[in-house]
Amino acid sequence: MKKRIEDLTVTQNRRLGEGFFVINASSSQGLPDILPGQFVQVLVTGSPATFLRRPLSVHDVDMGTGTISLLVQIAGAGTERLSRLNPGEKINIIYPLGNSFTLPLKGEKVLLTGGGCGMAPLLYLGRKIREAGIEPAFALGFRNRSRILDHDEFRKLGEVFLATEDGSEGYRGFVTDLPQFRDKDWDRVYCCGPEPMMKAVAAACLRRDIFCEVSLENLMACGIGVCLCCIVPTTSGNLCSCTDGPVFNIRDLKWQISG
Amino acid sequence: MADLRIKIGTLEFRNPVMTASGTFGYGSEFDDFFDVSALGAIIVKGTTLESREGNPYPRMAETPAGMLNSVGLQNKGIDYFEKNIYPRIRKYDTHIIVNVNGNTVEDYTELSRRLNNLDSIPAIELNISCPNVKKGGMIFGTNPAAAREVIAAVRQAYSRTLIVKLSPNVTDITEFARISEGEGADSVSLINTLVGMAIDVRAMKPRLATITGGLSGPAIRPVALRMVWQTARAVSIPVIGMGGIMNADDALEFIMAGATAVQVGTASFIEPLAALDVVRGIDSFLDSRGFASVSDVTGIINR
Repeated sequence: MKKRIEDLTVTQNRRLGEGFFVINASSSQGLPDILPGQFVQVLVTGSPATFLRRPLSVHDVDMGTGTISLLVQIAGAGTERLSRLNPGEKINIIYPLGNSFTLPLKGEKVLLTGGGCGMAPLLYLGRKIREAGIEPAFALGFRNRSRILDHDEFRKLGEVFLATEDGSEGYRGFVTDLPQFRDKDWDRVYCCGPEPMMKAVAAACLRRDIFCEVSLENLMACGIGVCLCCIVPTTSGNLCSCTDGPVFNIRDLKWQISG
Repeated sequence: MADLRIKIGTLEFRNPVMTASGTFGYGSEFDDFFDVSALGAIIVKGTTLESREGNPYPRMAETPAGMLNSVGLQNKGIDYFEKNIYPRIRKYDTHIIVNVNGNTVEDYTELSRRLNNLDSIPAIELNISCPNVKKGGMIFGTNPAAAREVIAAVRQAYSRTLIVKLSPNVTDITEFARISEGEGADSVSLINTLVGMAIDVRAMKPRLATITGGLSGPAIRPVALRMVWQTARAVSIPVIGMGGIMNADDALEFIMAGATAVQVGTASFIEPLAALDVVRGIDSFLDSRGFASVSDVTGIINR
């Protein structure tokens, strides 16, 4: 798939929760094919402290209107600037970048787990899975009730199970503690979230011999496989999470986890 | 259209804009964005005799107007390069230059000898300035006797155009440029990254796994420009200038200071078209000011 550098026009910037935003931006020439799990590199203008582009997962895609959605968590000056984008403003992006999740086969039971900005790639993945005729389930984890992000869009695609660390909403505990996660015989589990969450999910999946892919969010400079900064130790050596990832099968990662 | 051709040793380049090693992969990563043959040369990723995994993650930290890296020469070694990369990149209609690294003088000479046999590699850039490896690298570039020894040995082993990439982490960079010239190098390129570090105050930890790394980007440009200006006055071989070049004006600063050619590095991470834009921008500057060739402005501030 050919990568492009393009100026998109911001059509909407919606607050999703404390410190989280969804930016919709449209392409005047129509979007290229974008796979679930791929990401974009956004140029941040108007933030003198920001030097590099910011890698953001594709949250959703609407081919009809040529609109791409990006979920942004304010983590510093660059993302803070992006959170203040107004409709009509241009953003320059390089896309589509990276590999993609492996779609499930007909009849498989699939669970998409995540939390915080790790929810970003799961919506579009869920949509693609739904388009393939499978109803996905989601397990979303948050610190507490006040940190829960708007997940109405997820509910349209499948059942959503919530877990909060303090039990102020949904099940008390981590996503891996959810009865729906523990008890059901999942064929595939996909995860994107904070590293401890991904490692806990990966360990549980290894133990139960469930296919599991995670999407990593390593620090990167270029996003196109030349700076070699975002490396991930794997069974085939150090790989770039920007070109060989961001999606990895947990069996290929050299994580210090045991099943 | 002005005449952008330049010469380094006996080698002619279609224009003075090259890509800095480690910032442009093997060129093919940019095929989607533009025809990389439009550049003066592509200097590919630092190569060693053996395959190297580089340093642990994290290897990068964004800093004011720049970034630190501690990649540590991750590459698959010369055998892999020869078998899998060289056949695919030799098709480019521009010079492919390999950045050469090693732990010992013998590593450098052996690798140079291997590259001497590759017809489509008309030059090497001898990297005696990598700050991110424990052995070799900058040790050769910060000790005059060691620099002299490795350059002399490589000159014996390598018959084509030899460029020596210099470290700015020295008291007087012109000393190393003079040594390079004295030992028969055709050119010097400067500057490699400046050693720096950054700390994550909230985590109370260094941002790089190796604690220190190499600083690049516009933050280092004035320092780089000063060193290029000094070096261009100290030696008569061509100087290739680099350090934080983001656009044509930045590149013209180096050329006006005396650089025969320039390298675009970190800019390519942010704007993949940066090097191409520099070529076009130099051309339109020369045209707009009525200069027939780039050499008309080379070192113009020194005249």
